[in-house]
Amino acid sequence: MARLSMKEKLAILSDAAKYDASCASSGSTKRDSRDGKGLGSNEGSGICHAYAPDGRCISLLKILKTNFCIYDCAYCINRVSSNVQRARFSVEEVVTLTIEFYRRNYIEGLFLSSGIIRSPDATMADMVRIARKLREEESFRGYIHLKTIPDAAPELIEEAGRLADRISINVELPTDASVKQHAPEKSPDQIRKAMADVRLRRQAAKDRSHTGKRPPRFAPAGQSTQVIVGADGANDATILGQSTRLYGSYGLKRVYYSAFSPIPDSSSRLPLVSPPLQREHRLYQADWLLRFYDFQLDEITGVAPGGNLDLEVDPKLAWALANRAQFPVDVNRAPREMLLRVPGFGVKTVNRILGTRRHRALRYDDLLRIGASMKKARAFVSAQGWSPGGLTDSADLRARFAPPPEQLSLF
Amino acid sequence: MTGRVTLPRIGTEAAWRRAARGFLSAGVPPDALRWTDGEAPQGLFDTEAEVPEVNREIRVPRAFAAMSSAVIWHSDADRFDRLYAFLWRLQREPGLMRDRGDPALAHLRRMEKAVHRCKHKMKAFVRFREIGDPEATRRSFAAWFEPTHHTVEFTATFFSRRFADMDWRIFTPDVSAIFEDGQLRFLLDAPRPEMPEDASEGLWVTYFRNIFNPARLKVQAMQSEMPKKYWHNMPEAAAIPELIAEAPARARAMAAAAPTLPPLRTARVQRAAEALAPDHWSGPQDGFAAALAGCTRCPLHHGATQAVPGDGPATAALMIVGEQPGDLEDLQGRPFVGPAGQVLDAALQAAGVPRAEVYLTNAVKHFKYVTRGKRRIHQRPNTSEVHHCRWWLEAELARVRPRLVLALGATAALALTGDGAGVMRRRGTLERGRHGGDVLLSLHPAHILRTPDAAEQDRLRADLVADLAAAHRIASERQALPATETG
Repeated sequence: MARLSMKEKLAILSDAAKYDASCASSGSTKRDSRDGKGLGSNEGSGICHAYAPDGRCISLLKILKTNFCIYDCAYCINRVSSNVQRARFSVEEVVTLTIEFYRRNYIEGLFLSSGIIRSPDATMADMVRIARKLREEESFRGYIHLKTIPDAAPELIEEAGRLADRISINVELPTDASVKQHAPEKSPDQIRKAMADVRLRRQAAKDRSHTGKRPPRFAPAGQSTQVIVGADGANDATILGQSTRLYGSYGLKRVYYSAFSPIPDSSSRLPLVSPPLQREHRLYQADWLLRFYDFQLDEITGVAPGGNLDLEVDPKLAWALANRAQFPVDVNRAPREMLLRVPGFGVKTVNRILGTRRHRALRYDDLLRIGASMKKARAFVSAQGWSPGGLTDSADLRARFAPPPEQLSLF
Repeated sequence: MTGRVTLPRIGTEAAWRRAARGFLSAGVPPDALRWTDGEAPQGLFDTEAEVPEVNREIRVPRAFAAMSSAVIWHSDADRFDRLYAFLWRLQREPGLMRDRGDPALAHLRRMEKAVHRCKHKMKAFVRFREIGDPEATRRSFAAWFEPTHHTVEFTATFFSRRFADMDWRIFTPDVSAIFEDGQLRFLLDAPRPEMPEDASEGLWVTYFRNIFNPARLKVQAMQSEMPKKYWHNMPEAAAIPELIAEAPARARAMAAAAPTLPPLRTARVQRAAEALAPDHWSGPQDGFAAALAGCTRCPLHHGATQAVPGDGPATAALMIVGEQPGDLEDLQGRPFVGPAGQVLDAALQAAGVPRAEVYLTNAVKHFKYVTRGKRRIHQRPNTSEVHHCRWWLEAELARVRPRLVLALGATAALALTGDGAGVMRRRGTLERGRHGGDVLLSLHPAHILRTPDAAEQDRLRADLVADLAAAHRIASERQALPATETG
């Protein structure tokens, strides 16, 4: 086989990495290089340096160390039985790429993942070497996200957590049964054990010793995971149920939902479908409601027919349409929890409403200026000089929000 | 007549603060002033207003200070007038900052948001090119950028915090930032410099093209975050039209392509991977036979009648491991019942070892053969098959925990010690097995049957009997192995 050029390797190994949705670079420790001894900074909020035409942000150099893999996961382009072209980076190549891209302000840092070669430990050790070289030899202070290998040795995970800002392990599919079916070499128990281990290590790294000394930080930007949507038969209630358990059990920062996307060299075990992008979007909305709006899982799934979220209207609107007795909400009197349930009001809008109404009664125009989406909210709120009247209970309210029915073509 | 206040384009923030405090303390109302940064055309009757001395303490809410420090960089010519008018009102209506419904405040907040967005986009979309020697201790980079608002001064410190170990310049049509040897300075209306080609740019475009997934085209989502006005200064953006145009066809091609057969090396890689992770079947003991019967770990199950499990007491002190089931064993489902089994039985009797006390099994559980005419001719299992079948052998070892294992022949030696070479040389010796216990090596009884010379046969038979007797003696003497995990 001819030696691949750097450009060819980069093409293969970034193509292989694109099915990982996460690109977050936020929420780590604040640091910079004002002392002139290093390169890079991290200021809390992430920066998206570019956007690809698939609408996804490009914040990190997201590549695989190698796309050789001994596992045979049906949904994955890099599975051992795939005919995709293979390549591998050396440790130095990944380090150089990261530094050169960073210096040109293309990226916030590195998101390194890898196919499993030789053994989980050998693979993880290579990834840790890259992170160590970046941190210790190049004094790199940008963001590093390492995808860990569930079965890797604890010492390697420990070192990965000290070098990286975030570490993640993908749960891959919503149920254990589908993991067993589509990713036979992966063990759901092992993945959960690994996530539990990261949580414990993070906790241990936060406890000061009796002298007040702090242990080294462990993955300060937390851990995340990804689940593929639409590759198996699991419904949204199952997926959100899994997410709730994951957030609760392992303190995850994010669960990423990735619509199962066609891959160039598909497996006969898993037929291709067009990616359910709208479903992915609704899952993210529901995920947000669970985490930031005090919604309970059964409230969201309760209004989802057949356990799947309504694709035509967002989950908050779906809940409001099914619970109209609780509306309209008086924006001048309602408590925060109730304001958060109004479709078209976000957390920021609610905070502004609460701040402003200390001074005076809010009118419809004020809500517009505050930034509320009144097209949605108008049927569910009353303000000074505004009452939705019969709108809240009107029979065609849903039709106002749902996209118009598509006419079938006639032959 | 109104007085004109001209603020400098560099250091605008400090100048604005000083002037605003001066006029406020002198009680000059907003409609008496016309603020400018020198770019807007002069009014006909305007005269430059003298900034009064600050003669009293001016207090503003912290929220206003933060807002104004962003709004002054907005590109609207009326930004200072709006700020001063609002500041004027703020002196009389102290709670005004919290009234989000106030139209003047709402407007200022919108301007603030626009400036912050512009700052954020500048942090994101500035693209440096290397202009100096890459080997220099302090490398130099330069960029050309066209911000929507006057955000260079507002954003430059971000770059000096991030890129402190290199020199960089960000040129814009308005104010340019220069960072050399740790010192930051600003230039007005610097010309756009020529910048050399940069090889990393090609790699970056390669990355951009390949991280894009053509199956999920969302052009609007991209453009709302990366508006077209920035594209001409971003090397990767040149690839966007082509990526969008090709995407539907690429997605269709993926869907249309039939699933392919795995490449040839797949099986090899998987075998190697399994060999690397030696493990044994673990499950409830009563499930062992059923699990073994369903084994498809290697291709041997295709031709064999059944998998042949071991036979004997689960508490046996001695385990004897042969090679694989033969023709009769395959049919009966029990080990050592064919011609070689009869040789073994005779040898056991001669050595005084009761067969009922021994656990008998094979290294490989399925019969491997080639057909010649109507007969099935035994074939030695290959290394990979032996490795696959250790899954079961290790499970049996873990269950029975024999005090000694007797390996009959090269295949059993390979399975138990990892080395099947030179068995005749190694026979009669104790070796450490991969399961953690001791293994005594001996020859396989079938070897005796294949030996043509009768005298040689007798000699080999005597060796086998001697080994069996030794194994029985050692096993009986030994205490049970400590309960160590195998595999």
